[in-house]
Amino acid sequence: MTQTEGAVAAAGWDYSPAPERTRPDIESEYGLFIDGEFRKSRSGKVFDTINPATGERLARIAQADEADVDAAMAAARSAGPKWARMKGRERGKYLFRLARRIQECSRELAVLETMDGGKPIKESRDVDLPLVAQHFFYHAGWADKLQWAFAGRPVRPRGVCGQIIPWNFPLLMAAWKLAPALACGNTVVLKPAETTPLTALHLARLMQEIDLPPGVVNIVTGFGETGRLVATHSAVRKVAFTGSTGVGRTLMQETAGREIPLTLELGGKSPNIVFADAAIDQAIEGVVGGIWFNQGHVCCAGSRLFVEESILETFVSALRDRMKQLRVGDPLDKNTDIGAINSEGQLERIRSLVRTGQEEGAILHDVQAEPLPKKGCWFPPCFFTGVQPSHTVAREEIFGPVLSVMSFRTPEEAIRRANATPYGLAAGIWTDKGSKIFEIASRMDAGIVWCNSYNQFDAAAPFGGVKESGFGREGGLHGLRAYVR
Amino acid sequence: MLARRAASFTKRSIKADSKRSGLRLAVSMLDLTTLEGADSPELVRALCRRAIAPCPVPPLNPPIPSVAAVCIYPRLVPIVREALAGSSVRVASVATGFPSGQAPLAMRLQDTQAAIEAGADEIDMVISRGAFLAGRCDEVADEVRAVQDVCGDAHLKIILETGELETPDNIRRCADLVIEAASRDRDLGDGQVFVKTSTGKMSPAATMPSVLLLLESVRDHFNATGVRIGVKPAGGIRKAKAALHLLVMVRETVGQDWLTPSLFRIGASSLLDDLVRQLLWTSRGHYAAMHDVAVT
Repeated sequence: MTQTEGAVAAAGWDYSPAPERTRPDIESEYGLFIDGEFRKSRSGKVFDTINPATGERLARIAQADEADVDAAMAAARSAGPKWARMKGRERGKYLFRLARRIQECSRELAVLETMDGGKPIKESRDVDLPLVAQHFFYHAGWADKLQWAFAGRPVRPRGVCGQIIPWNFPLLMAAWKLAPALACGNTVVLKPAETTPLTALHLARLMQEIDLPPGVVNIVTGFGETGRLVATHSAVRKVAFTGSTGVGRTLMQETAGREIPLTLELGGKSPNIVFADAAIDQAIEGVVGGIWFNQGHVCCAGSRLFVEESILETFVSALRDRMKQLRVGDPLDKNTDIGAINSEGQLERIRSLVRTGQEEGAILHDVQAEPLPKKGCWFPPCFFTGVQPSHTVAREEIFGPVLSVMSFRTPEEAIRRANATPYGLAAGIWTDKGSKIFEIASRMDAGIVWCNSYNQFDAAAPFGGVKESGFGREGGLHGLRAYVR
Repeated sequence: MLARRAASFTKRSIKADSKRSGLRLAVSMLDLTTLEGADSPELVRALCRRAIAPCPVPPLNPPIPSVAAVCIYPRLVPIVREALAGSSVRVASVATGFPSGQAPLAMRLQDTQAAIEAGADEIDMVISRGAFLAGRCDEVADEVRAVQDVCGDAHLKIILETGELETPDNIRRCADLVIEAASRDRDLGDGQVFVKTSTGKMSPAATMPSVLLLLESVRDHFNATGVRIGVKPAGGIRKAKAALHLLVMVRETVGQDWLTPSLFRIGASSLLDDLVRQLLWTSRGHYAAMHDVAVT
């Protein structure tokens, strides 16, 4: 075969490093955001927030305990009546202004999110931040239309809302919680996760810039105990929590016996079901996005894959090839697909579950070609085959880039196996046959069912689970309901 | 998901060395094309000069590589043959009643025969889209094999005209069909047969999703048989950036092996101008004027 001259040494065409150069302005120390200003914690206690990709400290964060939570609650309570009386269109203006400001600062916020949490800049830039802005825009639109949202029923805000958010989508979860609460006229005490408090605190700065009345939003940083104080405080009239099922269970006990409505968005072990008549390459993309998006730190991650037996071998081999294309490394590099694991603790948990998987006899497929960076928290994308439904890796939420592959023969078996879990957050169905989609989707025990797609999010679409994945919905009209009475 | 995956290749950041070598690679993969009724021998000769030395003044070291082939109508093959003599650039001719393929099969084969006899190294054939869309798949397979027989050692590129096939299902099925037809009972060498998206005579042409479908078909054929079929997007690719996006897609779908002119080509007429401008920019730090690079 004749080769054209200049066939270049193509064997090694690769991408040059493309690090994001925007550097957000990070302070060395952050206070609690109470009554419109940043203040030190009463005790003076602080903790570090770490960049998990480097292991370096980014900033010192004030740790709130009882006195601080009391102060935040008092601020929220006293700001409440005026905020609730304000005309909806005026409240809407604040939210619109905040949404626009988020868009203007989206690059800095994305970089900050990536530095504090380890997720690739591609995702914080293209997924998190656009959705954050969308949530504020969407709910700003509802603020003056609540009488149509709840037709025939005059609604009032609930009062002070205690909101506790996780570390996997720090700013997005803050937006999911804050936007509907504020649109409905509530005031808020928000507790971000201890490993990722920075973007919420920068959001507080933006709130100052847009002159949001002091006390309407208060942010108290700290560990689990701070969260417990927020959820159980006597001033609280509504509690919303996103996080693990274990903590959710405790919160339910803590709030039991008081007339405090609770929304819980908890863990999951969501199934992705691929039938032999699916568009295979599209299904592969859905499975890849389902489990390896955000290092698998996604409550609705499609962490159990069920493939029809007749295509199992082909599918697994295609999945392995596709997995090789994922680029693990510096989260600030625009070409990175998989960033750092959020924290040492989470990394240890993933490692231990993967070890258990191997000990129980499942076969680990790990094709990472490049060595992982030496410093920081890293785990390569991988999957298990030979998984039995009774295996730990098929039952427990790993919350990491680890997929468990199983097979099925008939649709009935697929339904049975997919539903055989205490969780019920999401499910994915892959088939080109419409009737099958309708049948299977209607029989999934899950709050969300995606058909021939996965991880589709929108401010107008309600999100939430059934069974041990929690209750209540966030987003859309359904999400508003929790914040009015 | 197809569109989403195709779009993900445009998100890779290609800078610095990666951009420089990518642009050169793209130049070396070009099928520099002119398929106009008004093509004159003089114009085609000028095109051939550019194909051999894409930049008239050689300010770059190493110089910008030659393109892979010049693609013209059969009547112009002798002129191109002569103009390219002694160079590495290959002569590619469209044939088989290009672009519609609506002539009787005998005439289409004759058309091909004439191009081969005049010295074409490569034939770009069109298939009967009508037959495929009507479900007469055998007819398409037969015509591919008939053209192959006429081609002999000349390489064959099979144009699907994805814009007319319209749906992803059709494009993928058609790609599988022609690849299967071309390899049935034949001992194909790597790159002896290409699948090509479009004639360039209609829009949409080489969209990212349509190219991805061809690459996936080729990848699956390789996994099953070990034979490497080539892929050629053509039509509507005008900017260097679009060419780099294609290279990313090749790299992440079929792998580095395909990043060679013997397995991947880009059919275009004006793309070379932008590739050269971008390459000059990487060395000079400012853009060359259009009249400095486009001298055909």
